[in-house]
Amino acid sequence: MITVENLVKEFGSKRAVNGISFTVQRGEVLGFLGPNGAGKSTTMRMITGFMPPTAGRVLIGGHDVSESPIAAKRLVGYLPESAPAYPDMTVHGFLSWAAEMRGLKGAGRAEAIRRVSGLCFLESVLQQSVDTLSKGYRHRTCLAQALIHDPEVLVLDEPTDGLDPNQKHEVRQLIKRMGQNKVIIFSTHILEEVEACCSRAIIIDRGQIVANGTPEELKARSEFAGSVTLRVHGVAGDTVRTRLAGIGSVEKVTVGGENGQVSARLFPKVRTGHGELAKAVAEVVTREGWRFDELHTEEGRLDEVFRSITMPDTAKSQS
Amino acid sequence: MNDALRHVWTIAKRELGGYFNSPVAYVFIVIFLLLNGFFTFMLGYFFERGQASLAEPFFSWHPWLYLFLVPAVGMRLWAEERRSGTLELLLTMPIAPWQAIVAKFLASWIFLGIALALTFPIVITTAYLGDPDRGTVIGGYIGSFLLAGAYLGITEMVSAITRNQIIAFIISVVICFLMILCGWEPVTNLLVTWAPERVVDLVKGLSTWYHYLAFQRGVVDFRDLLYFASVIGMSLFATGVVLRGVRGA
Ligand SMILES: Nc1ncnc2c1ncn2[C@@H]1O[C@H](COP(=O)(O)OP(=O)(O)OP(=O)(O)O)[C@@H](O)[C@H]1O
Ligand SMILES: [Mg+2]
Repeated sequence: MITVENLVKEFGSKRAVNGISFTVQRGEVLGFLGPNGAGKSTTMRMITGFMPPTAGRVLIGGHDVSESPIAAKRLVGYLPESAPAYPDMTVHGFLSWAAEMRGLKGAGRAEAIRRVSGLCFLESVLQQSVDTLSKGYRHRTCLAQALIHDPEVLVLDEPTDGLDPNQKHEVRQLIKRMGQNKVIIFSTHILEEVEACCSRAIIIDRGQIVANGTPEELKARSEFAGSVTLRVHGVAGDTVRTRLAGIGSVEKVTVGGENGQVSARLFPKVRTGHGELAKAVAEVVTREGWRFDELHTEEGRLDEVFRSITMPDTAKSQS
Repeated sequence: MNDALRHVWTIAKRELGGYFNSPVAYVFIVIFLLLNGFFTFMLGYFFERGQASLAEPFFSWHPWLYLFLVPAVGMRLWAEERRSGTLELLLTMPIAPWQAIVAKFLASWIFLGIALALTFPIVITTAYLGDPDRGTVIGGYIGSFLLAGAYLGITEMVSAITRNQIIAFIISVVICFLMILCGWEPVTNLLVTWAPERVVDLVKGLSTWYHYLAFQRGVVDFRDLLYFASVIGMSLFATGVVLRGVRGA
């Protein structure tokens, strides 16, 4: 549905986006991650046709955004990063304008406004002027504008920015639900959001894609992925270490702890990923009769992967 | 084509609503009418003249009135969209940029037209006091409206250059002022003393003042119409070029 080929954007001598390529199919929710200034918003601006790319091209539903912009833009709903809305209009007036721009008339327009104000919880502010809205409501108003024509493609730049925890949850649910039969690209700095609603995530750094995969695949890149954590009480650290090191598939054991608690982390020789190491640890624990209150296999943490990919030097020195 | 007109209308309607939803529009119209009255009846020596002609006392002030009032109306057209980020919204709608450019121009021009139309009591006064030549009145109004359009086109173009309305206002006033000056008699008289006649004619030909004068005499000449149409057309075209630059082409 969306094909991005070798997208490049230069501002003067500065390359903000440097050769980004990917495709997204219907039914996919693609998360854009990356540090500030990585080029996420710039990429989205080129996808939505706001900025012409310096090189490369974007196809949306088969339409080249540079060559047939109107046909391409028709398919897209866009929430820009700053969530702009005309301050001199009421929320209802603004949504009505957006609907009219999208070619909705009469009853269809009224119905569309009712639908999106329900989805974005705007019923109580419909008659309020946009410039008196709180930040979160303004954000939701702009999001509603992006949904007004029930587009096949949604490009959302930080859709949960400035929302309260309940609204963040609602928007994630909305993205997940709509993602089943649309194409959604959204950027975020909240990594749980990626795990919660993306079917795929792309990490961008300094204008380039540095990782592309499902959240699970990305997490597996963590150096802790597949390791097992155990916490026991009333046992000496050295005993724990020697007993655990005796397990055949263990590569390395690290032990720490205080106040009579011992935490051990076991790294497997090969990552099998079916909880076999945890099973072996559990056997040792029962055999020795240790009291334990924690035993689990690490899936790897996205924030750690994110840090190690985008800031390799500092990430190493911290772990 | 139908789609294009619908888009132009949708955007223009929003812009017009923007004017009339705020008190600024009414304040503007009142100021415009008061200044017109003041210039016509006080400075124009309307009564002392003893002749109920509209051309001199009423229309001749318009280039100077518009010099400030038109940039005040048009300065926000694009500067405000850029400042508030709504430009990104507008230009990712399924429309061609020229539709937005024309729509904004039309909305402001209609607004100026309404303000101009509201000066009709002045016309009625002259008709009551004397018997003004109908041709000069109609010609004067046409010329005045076109003059406002020319200034407005320039203001719209300047407004796209900056996100600061005040800067847009000042630059527009300066450009419009130069366009009056190059055909204003005191300046052309000065020019004649050293420049060849052909240059003087050329400079005069570029001036809004020079082309506006003909309308005041009730003469609607094709060349003058063409002049105003091309000033408007070229500034709207230039607006498109500037906007393309703004989007980072
Ligand atoms: N209009 C512009 N002119 C010049 N430089 C720009 C422009 N827009 C963006 N940039 C630069 O391009 C780079 C990428 O910016 P972009 O907004 O895409 O980052 P981002 O990944 O969205 O960051 P954030 O997480 O902070 O939103 C930045 O270095 C920025 O300064
Ligand atoms: Mg951004």
